[in-house]
This record gives sequence, structure tokens and C-alpha cells, in this order.
Amino acid sequence: MIEQIDLTMVSWARATFALTAMYHWIFVPLTLGLSFICAFFESIYVKTGDEHWKKLTRFWMTLFGINFAIGVATGIILEFEFGTNWSNYSWMVGDIFGAPLAIEGIAAFFLEATFFAVMFFGWNRVSKKAHLFATWMVAIGSNLSAVWILIANGWMQHPVGMTFNPDLARFEMTDFAALVFSPVAISHFVHVTGSAFLYASLFVVAVSSWYLLKKRHIKFAKRSLTVACTFGLLASLFVAYTGDEHAYHAANVQPMKLAAMEGLYDGEHSAGLVAAGLLNFSKKPGDDEDSFIFQVKVPMVLSLLANRDVNSFVPGINDLVFGNEAENIMGVKEKMVRGKLAVSGLGDYKAAKKAGDQAAATKALSLFEENSDYLGYGYLDYAEQAVPYVPLIFYSFRVMVGLGTFFILLFMVYLFLLYKDQLEKQPLLLKLGVFSFVLGLVAHEAGWIVTEVGRQPWAIQDLLPVTIARSNLDAGTVEVTFFMFLILFTALLIAELKIMAKQISIGPEGE
Amino acid sequence: MFGSLDWSILQQLWWFITTLVGSLFVFLTFVQGGQTLLSTLSLSEDEKILVVNSLGRKWELTFTSLVLFGGALFAAFPLFYATSFGGAYWVWILILFTFIIQAVSYEYRRKPDNFLGKGVYDAFLFINGSIGILLIGAAVGTFFTGSNFTLNDYNLVQWHHPLRGLEAAFSFFNVSFGLFLVFLARTLGALYLASNLDHEELVAKLKKAAFNNLLCLLPFLLFVLLRLVVMDGYAVNPVDGTVVLEANKYLHNLIQMPLNLILLLVGLVLVVLGVVLNRFTPSVRGIWPSGLGTVLTCLAVFFTAGYNNTAFYPSKIDLNSSLTIYNASSSHYTLTVMTYVALLIPVVLGYIIWAWRQMDSKKLSLEELAADKKSY
Ligand code: HDD
Ligand code: HEM
Ligand code: HEM
Repeated sequence: MIEQIDLTMVSWARATFALTAMYHWIFVPLTLGLSFICAFFESIYVKTGDEHWKKLTRFWMTLFGINFAIGVATGIILEFEFGTNWSNYSWMVGDIFGAPLAIEGIAAFFLEATFFAVMFFGWNRVSKKAHLFATWMVAIGSNLSAVWILIANGWMQHPVGMTFNPDLARFEMTDFAALVFSPVAISHFVHVTGSAFLYASLFVVAVSSWYLLKKRHIKFAKRSLTVACTFGLLASLFVAYTGDEHAYHAANVQPMKLAAMEGLYDGEHSAGLVAAGLLNFSKKPGDDEDSFIFQVKVPMVLSLLANRDVNSFVPGINDLVFGNEAENIMGVKEKMVRGKLAVSGLGDYKAAKKAGDQAAATKALSLFEENSDYLGYGYLDYAEQAVPYVPLIFYSFRVMVGLGTFFILLFMVYLFLLYKDQLEKQPLLLKLGVFSFVLGLVAHEAGWIVTEVGRQPWAIQDLLPVTIARSNLDAGTVEVTFFMFLILFTALLIAELKIMAKQISIGPEGE
Repeated sequence: MFGSLDWSILQQLWWFITTLVGSLFVFLTFVQGGQTLLSTLSLSEDEKILVVNSLGRKWELTFTSLVLFGGALFAAFPLFYATSFGGAYWVWILILFTFIIQAVSYEYRRKPDNFLGKGVYDAFLFINGSIGILLIGAAVGTFFTGSNFTLNDYNLVQWHHPLRGLEAAFSFFNVSFGLFLVFLARTLGALYLASNLDHEELVAKLKKAAFNNLLCLLPFLLFVLLRLVVMDGYAVNPVDGTVVLEANKYLHNLIQMPLNLILLLVGLVLVVLGVVLNRFTPSVRGIWPSGLGTVLTCLAVFFTAGYNNTAFYPSKIDLNSSLTIYNASSSHYTLTVMTYVALLIPVVLGYIIWAWRQMDSKKLSLEELAADKKSY
């Protein structure tokens, strides 16, 4: 169906998507979390009537607004980038994928947009209660948008609720509820919102710690810290718990991703989890090299994590690529044979239809349907293509989990010292607190790298490789766009950082 | 409930819903129009601050309507989304570009240490209001003039012009359409600001500006309408779906759908009426008739492009690749689901109106802005 595939174009399109998504994600989790933190502060203000809480609310809202603007600016690109850079994808799965994006617009973005104006400019124009309501609506609206976009993303990881229409050559939705209540989507959503709350808490911790270091706004900083550290500790425990669920789902629906996360080449019963390790970069699927130069393993834990059973078998990359009869696993090689039957069946069906040969069409169609589960594999050239880039996934995963553990400790120590009223006497810890915000961002981006790079080469798991999903553009065009976005986003990021820093150093009004 | 409706009814319904969102977007481009007034009317610094702050309370709505317009097209007419965005690549990328730079400008322009400087952010606002709207107009113009694409057997698009969509801006009709939208946005911008600000001299200036921009808009409007009724259009044969060029197709559409003609005429009269009232009476509420008129006019234009067996996204070089609301739409199932979702739209409109009235019950004045450290 596609005559020649321009791999450079595909790489630039991926790079552009990665660039815009990763920039978007610098701001998004802060919006998601800070909106709730503002709502908490304002609720306390409305409840107590204490003007100090109002100042606090307004201060954090200013920072929220600066962040929100650039979140919106990067978001619109993503929305349209499916069309511009992945237009074949947009046609082939638009019947399913378009719906959550449209619903996000109707159900979430307007809530954010409408009440954002009330929240920022309504202090003297609407009643106290109406204002508080608006603030909560912004928080709920932004988190609702997360629901819908993550349903969309969850569906790409684990496509459900649809069927292929050979006449139009596209997938069509058959079960909306399956899409919305897909366990993969739900586990995405809880993990992402949890980690966004964590990230926003780290932001408050960073700013407040800086004030304590500078011995400014002490009362303000301590109040903010109490709310943020409590929220952050709960969020970080929740993130660890949901992360474990997430890995369990990955093991079930994307075993190749799990194998890559663990650098596991040869599957095992009672498999151990690599706590730390040094990968052998020259290892290739099917060769005899060791996959690790050095590793520390916790026995049986991987089997437990992946299948909730310590004795179970966890397939490795080799099992998935070459097949493993004993464990009843079909290899990529065989899937490719079936996938090619599906592709040619579809082609023959189209040709027979055109020629008006009904008998041939029926025959071709049944060949297609027998093999259509493997359609995507028909577009691969060789089996190893189905393996994502292991080192990036392996290390990103460890960075994320390591930091997740570290944040739990950080919040506990902060809360303890706040309780003892000893926090100001710990400049080293406060400096670490300031820096932790950057670590939060690193954990976030690492998480998306695990999810998205781990899905490669698929745009839609098992059904549509990125090489087919692309638009019919030449590489140069996409390359130019990449640099346009890179320059613009970087300039805007610098602007936002400078403005943010200035507002923080100005501090809460009137203090 | 909706599942029992015919697929073709749902397709027509969704052409209505998406184009309604599009038409509301055009009304809301009063924000973009206002942004261009900012640099072309000679305003004092105080007046500029009033204008920016008034627009700054509304820009998100316009922006979000554009996002929803895109999302609704994706969900309801995915083949259009794929063909146009992936095909007419550069027009869309440039349009998006002008919206990225808009999104940060209000918030950042007067903040200390803003890196690019106030002048650059104001230029961003101007570019968004002028080039952004012009290109949107040119892109919509191709609904009538057609584009250079073909679809293969698998409905995947190939574009056959090296400018990848920018060629739309070299058609006199499309550019006129774009300029019409630019001046319409400016007219609406002046009307809106006049209704929202508490500043006598500025309001007087705005009242004049609305009228002058209406005068600028008229030649382009007349040219577009004239061309529209004489040009060949892309007609679909309802029996086998083939597309042919038909002389005066769009004129036929207006005659054969008399309601549509009425919509167009009433819309245009309302636009003019709002401006005239605003210019020659003390009233400052002209934005409402003109705004409603804008929505009706745009709907009529979209209906002319899509209903009555017309291809709304025609291909000049391969007529049978042209998109109609029937061959470009989502499945019956998806349209049904989306129709249930659309029941939310009245709720959304409801709270937008509530918030709008709460916020605009009192006009914006310099005193209020001076007291508020958050002003743009
Ligand atoms: C988990 C949450 C999440 C994720 C994964 C994404 N976004 Fe996002 N997006 C948001 C959460 C969010 C938000 C929190 O709602 C934002 C961020 C800042 C903001 O103002 O709203 C937003 C803004 C935002 C906007 C501007 C909305 C407006 O007009 O107000 C658009 C069009 C998108 N996003 C689209 C996307 C697309 C197409 C994504 C996928 C590739 C995507 N976002 C990933
Ligand atoms: C905002 C958080 C996100 C981040 C940081 C992120 C990250 C990435 C990265 C790094 C890639 C490049 C992978 C590669 O080519 O190796 C990518 C690709 C992609 N992502 Fe995401 N992603 C995010 C959200 C999403 C969401 C929510 C969706 C779907 C709704 C999505 C859909 C895609 C698509 C279509 C591609 C391009 C095709 C591909 O290369 O797989 N992404 N993303
Ligand atoms: C504490 C232990 C953690 C565990 C066990 C864990 C587990 C996981 C797993 C398995 C995935 C990939 C799932 C998949 O694609 O199938 C993932 C993704 C992700 N993680 Fe974590 N994670 C942890 C901590 C964190 C932290 C601290 C953050 C950020 C502050 C974070 C943010 C993310 C994000 C943004 C994604 C991508 C979105 C998604 O796939 O839901 N995670 N996590």
C-alpha cells in the first residue's frame, strides 16, 4: 500500500513528535498538580478567612498562569501533529482515535479556558464562593483533559474495541466502553496524575526551600511546605503503587516492552529483577554474548511483578523474536509470515473488487481475516525490527523508579523536620529540595521514554508500525519544521524560566 | 436513540456541528481582530493596556474553539483531517505557528525579565491577527477552489504541489476570502472592545474603527460572493458518488436550499446592522447582532460547501478523489457515540455564558487595572 518508505522522514517525524511532546510535558504535569494545590490553598482561605492564605493562593496562581500559557502553546501543536506528520495514521485509526481528542475539547478544555479567566480576573468581579468554584473547575478541567488524552494513548499501547473495514482500509470503533474502561488506559491515568501531583509538590518544595535558604517569607514558605509535603508524600506512595500496576499491564499486553525494560534476552521461570546493572551494548538478539557486564538481581521478583506468581515464566527478547514452543510463544518471524498473508489478502481483495470478481474477493477477504491480528507484522522487513532500543528503556526505567523511591524519602524527611521545626537549620537538605524539582522532571520524561520508545516500532501496538503511520512528506520538510519548533520552543522556554525566576524572587505580594 | 438514525443523517448532523464550532470560532476571532487594532489604531499607552486586558480575558475561548474545531473534524471527518493536514502541510503549520506565539504573549508581554521584550510579544499578537487569519481564510477558500491531491486505493493522500498548501495563497479568490476574514475580525474586535471598555475617547475611536473596517471588508466580500455564484463547483452524483464540475454549482446550492440563502442574507444584514447601530447611535451593543450575523453567514458558507451533493474538499487534479461529507466521515458507530457526547455542548455553552456575564457585567476601567497587579 505504500510504495517506498522514506526512513529519514520517519525519523524526523518521530523526532518532531518527541520534541513537542517532551516540551509539552515540562509544563503539563505542573498544570495538573499546581491547579489542585491552588484550589487547596484557596479552600483554606475561604474556610478561615485569613488574608495570608489569600496571598499564598494568589502567589502560586501567578506561577500557575505563567506555566499554563506555554502548556497551551505546546499543546495545540500536538493536537494537529497527528494530521500533519502522521496523516496515514490519522486516516487509518481516526475513526477511533479522533473521538477522545474531540471529547477532550468539549468536556475538558472549555472548562479550563472559561474558568481560567474567572480565576485570574474574577477576584473583585464574582463572589468568593463563585471564585473558589472557578478554581476547582480549572483543576478538574485540566485533569479531565488528562483522562481523555491518556485514553487515546492507552489505546495505542493496547488497541481494543475495534475492527478493520477492508473496503475503506481503516479501523473502525465497535465498542466505546472498551476504549474508555481499558485497564491499560486507567493505569496510565492514575500513574500520570499521581506523578503530576508529585511534580507540583516538588515545585512548591523547591520554591519554598529557596525562600528558607534566603531567609525570606519564612511563614509563607512553611505553610506552603506543610501542604505540599503532605500532598507530595501521599502522591509519591500512590505513584509507586500505580507504577507497579502499570508494569503488570505492560507484561501482559506489551511483553516486548517489559523485556526491554529489564534487558531480559532469555526468558526464565522465577525470573529475578535487575536492581542495578551495566548493559552490554553490543548484545544483539539471538547472539551468544552476555546481556550484562555486571548486574545485581533480586531473585523471583520479576515473575512476581509481571504475573503475580513467583514461579511463572517471563519471556525474554529472544523468545519473543524467535518463538518458544515449550512456553507456547509465537515468534515475530512467524507473525511476519502471517502478517504478509494479511497484507496480500487485503491487496488481492481490493484488486478483485475493482475487477468485479466476487468469488476471488471473498476468498482473498477470508485469507485476510484469518491473519488480520498480525497485520502490522506484515510490514516489517526483518524480525529484529520488532525490538525497541533496549539501553534507553532499561536505564530510563531505572532512573524513574530510583527517583520515585528517593522522593518518598525526601518528603518524609521534610515533614519530620517541619514537625520538629528544624528545617531552616539544614541548608544542604534545602539545597537538595531546590534541585529535586529538576529530578522530578527527569523522572517524568524518563517515564514517557519507557512508554513511548518501548512501544517502538509500533504506532499502534502490533497493528501499525510507525513507518506506515507517517505522512507522505519528504524528509527535508519535516526536518525544517523540527528546527522551527526547536528554536521557537526553546526561546519560549527561556522566556518562561526567566519570568518565573523573576516572579519568585519578587515573592508573594505585600510580604 | 441516535443509533437508529441513518448514517447519512448523522453525517449531515456532524457537518452542522463541526461547522457551527467553526463559525463560533470566526465570531470569536474578534480577539485576533483586536490584536491588530492594537498596533494600527493610534492608541495611547493607557488605551493599549485597556485593549490588551479586555482581549486577554477572552483569548482562551477563541483558541480553544480552534482546538475543538480541529478535534471535531478529526473525530467526525477523519479523511479530511488526514488529507488536509497531512497534505496542505505548510499552510497548517504556519497557522499553528501564529497561534503558539499568541498563546504566551498576553501573559508574558509586560512581565519583568520576559527575555524577548514587549515589542516582540506585541508583534506576535499582530502576526496572529493578520497572517494567521489570512491563512485560515485561504485554507477555507480551497473548499471552493479545490486543491492538488489524489487518494490512492487505501485512501492515503499524495499531494501534487511543491508548496504543500501554500499555493492556496496564490489564488485571488482565496486571498480575498482571507482578507475578508481579517477585516471582519477587526470589525468585530472594535465592536467587542467598544462594548467592554469604560473609556469615552477610546470607545469613540473604536466605534469609528468598526465602521471603517466594515467599509474595507465590503469589496472583498462582494468579490467573494460574486465569484461564488459564477464559478464552477464540484458536484457529486448521489447515485454512484462520482464528482463532476458543474457550472454555477454554488449558485444552485443557494437557490435549491432557500433556507441557506436566507441564512446568508440575514447574516450579512445583521453584521452590517450591528456596525451601523454602533456607529450612528449611542448604543455599544452592536457586537451582538454583528456576532450573530457572523455565525449565520459562516454557517451559510459552510453549508454551501458541504450540503446538496457537493464535495466540500475538492481535488482539482483528480475529481474523484474529492472529499464529501459522506466519503470522509467516521463510521456510523463513532458518529453515534459522538452525537451523545455532543449533548454536552449546550452545557458548555451554558457555563461559558454564565461566566461571561459574571465577568463582563461591569465594564473594564483603568482604575480597576491599576489596582490589580495581575493585569497584562
Ligand atoms: C496527562 C495529561 C496530558 C497529556 C498526556 C497531554 N496533554 Fe495536552 N494538555 C494537558 C494535559 C495533557 C493540560 C494539563 O490540560 C494542558 C497543559 C497546560 C494547559 O494549559 O492544559 C494541555 C494543553 C493542551 C492543549 C491546549 C488546550 C487549550 O486550548 O487550552 C492541546 C490542544 C493539547 N494539550 C493537546 C494534547 C495532545 C494532542 C497530546 C498528546 C499527544 C497531549 N496534549 C498530551
Ligand atoms: C506528553 C507526554 C508524552 C511524551 C513525553 C511522549 C514522548 C514520546 C517520544 C519520546 C516519542 C518518540 C518515540 C520514538 O520515536 O522513539 C513519541 C512518539 C509518539 N507518541 Fe508520545 N509522548 C507523550 C504523550 C503521547 C500521547 C498522550 C500520545 C497519544 C495520544 C502520544 C503518541 C505518540 C505518537 C503518535 C508518536 C509518534 C509515533 C512514534 O514514534 O511512536 N504520545 N512520544
Ligand atoms: C516508584 C516507582 C515507579 C514505578 C514502579 C513506575 C513504573 C512505571 C512503568 C512500568 C511505566 C511504563 C508503563 C508502560 O508504558 O507500560 C511508567 C511510566 C511512567 N512513569 Fe513511572 N514508575 C515509578 C515512579 C515514577 C515517578 C517518580 C514518576 C514521575 C515523577 C513517574 C512518571 C511516569 C510517567 C510520566 C510515565 C509515562 C506515562 C505512562 O506510561 O503512564 N513514574 N512508570
